[in-house]
Amino acid sequence: MKLKLHVWRQNGPGNEGRFEDYVAENVSEHMSFLEMLDVVNEQLIARGDEPIAFDHDCREGICGSCGFMINGEPHGPLPSTTVCQLHMRNYRDGDELWIEPWRATAFPVIRDLIVDRSPLDRIVQAGGYISVRTGSAPEANNIAVPKANADLAMDAAECIACGACVAACPNASAMLFTGAKVTHLGALPQGQPERYTRVVEMVTMHDDEGFGHCTNHGACQTACPKNIKVDYIGRLNADLRKAKFRHPAG
Amino acid sequence: MELNSRIPAGPVDEKWSRHRFEMKLVNPANKRKHKVIVVGSGLAGAAASATMAELGYDVDCFCFQDSPRRAHSIAAQGGINAAKNYQADGDSVQRLFYDTVKGGDFRAREANVHRLAEISLNIIDQCVAQGVPFAREYGGNLANRSFGGAQVSRTFYARGQTGQQLLLGAYQALEKEVRSGKVRMHTRHEMLDLVLIDGRARGIVTRDLMNGAIESWAADAVVLATGGYSNVFFLSTNAKGCNVTAIWRAHRRGAGFANPCFTQIHPTCIPPSGDYQSKLTLMSESLRNDGRIWVPVKQGDTRPPKDIPEAERDYYLERHYPSFGNLAPRDIASRRAKEAVDEGRGVGPSGVGVYLDFRDSIGRLGRDVIAERYGNLFDMYANITGENPYEVPMRIYPAPHYTMGGLWVDYNLMSTVPGLHVAGEANFSDHGANRLGASALMQGLADGYFILPLTIGDYIARMKPDDVDTSHPAFADVEREVREQAERLLSINGSRTVNDFHRELGALMWEYCGMARSEEGLRTALRKIPELREQFWRDVRVPGGAATLNQSLEHAGRVADFLEFAELMCYDALDRDESCGGHFRVEHETAEGEARRDDERFAHASVWEFTGVGNTPKKHREELTFESVQLAQRSYK
Repeated sequence: MKLKLHVWRQNGPGNEGRFEDYVAENVSEHMSFLEMLDVVNEQLIARGDEPIAFDHDCREGICGSCGFMINGEPHGPLPSTTVCQLHMRNYRDGDELWIEPWRATAFPVIRDLIVDRSPLDRIVQAGGYISVRTGSAPEANNIAVPKANADLAMDAAECIACGACVAACPNASAMLFTGAKVTHLGALPQGQPERYTRVVEMVTMHDDEGFGHCTNHGACQTACPKNIKVDYIGRLNADLRKAKFRHPAG
Repeated sequence: MELNSRIPAGPVDEKWSRHRFEMKLVNPANKRKHKVIVVGSGLAGAAASATMAELGYDVDCFCFQDSPRRAHSIAAQGGINAAKNYQADGDSVQRLFYDTVKGGDFRAREANVHRLAEISLNIIDQCVAQGVPFAREYGGNLANRSFGGAQVSRTFYARGQTGQQLLLGAYQALEKEVRSGKVRMHTRHEMLDLVLIDGRARGIVTRDLMNGAIESWAADAVVLATGGYSNVFFLSTNAKGCNVTAIWRAHRRGAGFANPCFTQIHPTCIPPSGDYQSKLTLMSESLRNDGRIWVPVKQGDTRPPKDIPEAERDYYLERHYPSFGNLAPRDIASRRAKEAVDEGRGVGPSGVGVYLDFRDSIGRLGRDVIAERYGNLFDMYANITGENPYEVPMRIYPAPHYTMGGLWVDYNLMSTVPGLHVAGEANFSDHGANRLGASALMQGLADGYFILPLTIGDYIARMKPDDVDTSHPAFADVEREVREQAERLLSINGSRTVNDFHRELGALMWEYCGMARSEEGLRTALRKIPELREQFWRDVRVPGGAATLNQSLEHAGRVADFLEFAELMCYDALDRDESCGGHFRVEHETAEGEARRDDERFAHASVWEFTGVGNTPKKHREELTFESVQLAQRSYK
C-alpha cells in the first residue's frame, strides 16, 4: 500500500519545527509502524536527506522508548499497544497520517519525534522507591503479602514510562504515571514506612516539573499502552489527603 | 597477557566466604574520595551503582538510553532462579550449582558458579524488600514455576515481565542514590573508548548523544555492564541499541575476550516476514509445554496446515527425542528446526519457519485453559502476524538471543586490564557454553548487588590509586581518536546506508557462524568479513553532522565495531574444534546428531588478545578443572 505522511521535523530544542510531507510506498501489511519509518528513512538517506529521528529500542512494547502521536492519538489507534507493536495492517492504501512528537511543556522536543522525558526520572528520584540497603533485607517469605495486594502492585507496576498519558492529557499531567508508582509501592507491606512522605514528595516534584493537574478527563487511561487505570490517581489522592491531615509530619 | 583467575583456595562451598574475609576494606570515611565509573544501567550496572553509592563511593553511571530504566534487562520475560527450596522439592545451593555447570556443557568455572548459586538466596530477599511484585500464592508466600534444565521448581517470576520488575527495583534504588547525590546519572551518553594510564583503567571517553560533545571522565575503577552482542547477527531478540562497542573498545585496549563464539539461539521466536524486518520477537519457551512442533513430510508443501493430514506431518522432535519430545533443550530444538528448513520443508510465506501447533491441546484441555496459560502470548503473536493461533498453528523459528561469551574476568570480575571490571552479560560469565532459562537475571544481580561492590573495594584498598584527572594527556589522545573516527565516518559519503551494511554482516554471520558451523563456512566468513569491512569504510553513507543528535552516526560506530568483532567470533568458532552447548560444529556430532564435546582438547576458556584490526588474534587459555561436578555427556533421548 501507499501512504501519505506528514512528519514533524525539528532540528533541535531551540529551532522552529514544521511538517514535512513524505510518501511511503510498497508498505507491507506485516511491517510494524517503526519498520515503515525505517524504510522511509533508508530512502531519505539514499537521496541525501537526514532521516527522521525517533526514540526506539526493544521494539517489543516493554522498554517504553518509543511513542509519538499518529493523527492525534498517542501510539496510534490500537488500544493497549505501543507504536512499535502497531502493524501496518491497521491502515489502508491511500491513508494520510500526521505524525508528531508528544506535546507537553514538561517534555521539550529534542529533535523531530524525540522529546526529553527526564522529568519522569526526577519524579521517581523524589520518592518512588523503598529504601533498603543491599544485603540488609530479611528472608523473603518472612512477610506474607496477600495475593490481592501483590496483584494490585503488579498491575500498577506495569507502567513503562513512555509518556503517552502526558501527551493525551489536555492538562499535560503526569498523574497517571505518578499514581501508578504510588499505588505499586503503597500496596505492599514493604512500602508502608515511606508511604506518606513518598506521595507528598512525588506530587511536589510532579508539579515543580511543569506537569499540569489532573481534572479527571481520563484520556490518559485510554492512551496507556499498559492498561494503567485512573483508579490509581484516586489512590494517590487518598494517600495525599491522609498525608496532609493524618500524618502531617510525614 | 596473564590469566590469573584468583580462585580462592579451599572447598568450593567455602571459597566465597573465605574470600570475603580475605578481601581488604576501604575505610568508610575514605570511600567518598574514590570515584567509580559504571557503564550500563541494566540489572548489573544499576545494582552495582546503587550499592556502591550506598557504601559511600562516588559513582558516575552512564547509559545511551534516555533513562536508565530502559536498559535491555527490561525485556526479560520468564523469571529468575534461586535455590530457596520453597517448594520443598529437593532443591539446594548444591543442586542449582550442579544444574548450571551441566547446563553450560561443562565450560564454566566451578568456583564462580557455586558463588552464584549461594548468592541467589540473597537476591530474592533483596528484591522483595525493594517492592518487586513477584507472583504470590493465596497464603501470601512467593510462588515458583519450573524452567528448562531443572527438575525442581525454583523460578521466581512477575507475570511475563520479570526482567522489567527486577530492573525497576534496581532503577529505583539507583534513582534514590541520584537524589542523595552519590550517583551522577549520565543518560544519552555512549562510551566510545577506555582510557588507560600506567596500564590501569582510569577512565572513559563518551559522546553526548544530544549534542555530539566528546567528553572524558576519570575514576579509580571502571565497570562495564554493557550487555551482550547478539546484534552482530543484525536480527536478534535484543533491543536495537544493544551493541559490542564498549567491550570491543576495551578489548582493543588490552582486555582479553573469552569464548566469543558461545552464543545462544532461542528456538521459539516469530520468523522474519520480509526484508524490512528490523528485529525478532521471542515467544516464551513455556509454549513448548502444550504446543507440538511439526513440518510437512513433503518438501515445498504449500497447503494450509489444516489441509495436511496427520500422516503427512513430521513431528520431528517427538520422532528424534521420544522421551523429551517438544521439550528438548534450546540448542537441540533450534538445530532441528534449521535442519527441517534447510531440507525445504519450512513453512510460511518465506519457507523459514516451523509450526508450533496447539490444536491437540485445545482439543484435550479446551480453549479456555490454553487462553489462561498463554493468552498474552497468543495476543502478542496475533498482533504481530495477523494470524489467530487458536485457529492456525503458530509459525516459529530460532533467533539469536543471548551471548555467553564476553570479556574474560577473574574471580573478582576484573578483566585482564587492572581496574577494569565487567559484569552481567558483558563478561564471559558463569553460563559456560549454554545458559539455562532464568539464569541471566540471577547473574546480573549477583554481580551488581553482591560481588562487585566488595571486589572493587578490595582492588582500591590494595592499589591505593594516585590522583588522576582528565587533564592527563592520555585523555586528550583518546578523545582525538574518537573525534577522528566520527569525522571519518561522516566524510565517506558513499552509496550504502549503515543499516544495509549491518544487515549484510548479520546475514553472513547467521549463515556461517549461526546455529551450525563448519570449518569451510568459517573460513569463508573470515574471507568475507574483511572485504565487507573494507567496503564499509569506503562506501558507507552517514548523513548529518557530528555536533548534533545523529542516530545514523551512533549506529555507524556500532556497526564499525561489529565488523571487527565478527572476525574474532569466527576465529574462535574455527579454533574450537568441538561441539559444546550452543556452539555446534558439524564435524563433531554423535551418530544421533548431537553435540560431541572434546574434553581432552577443549576443557578450557579461550581468551583472545587483540593484535590489530585484520590480524590473527592471539589465543590464551584458562584451563577448567572440575572437582565437584563430574564431566558427563548430555543425553535427551
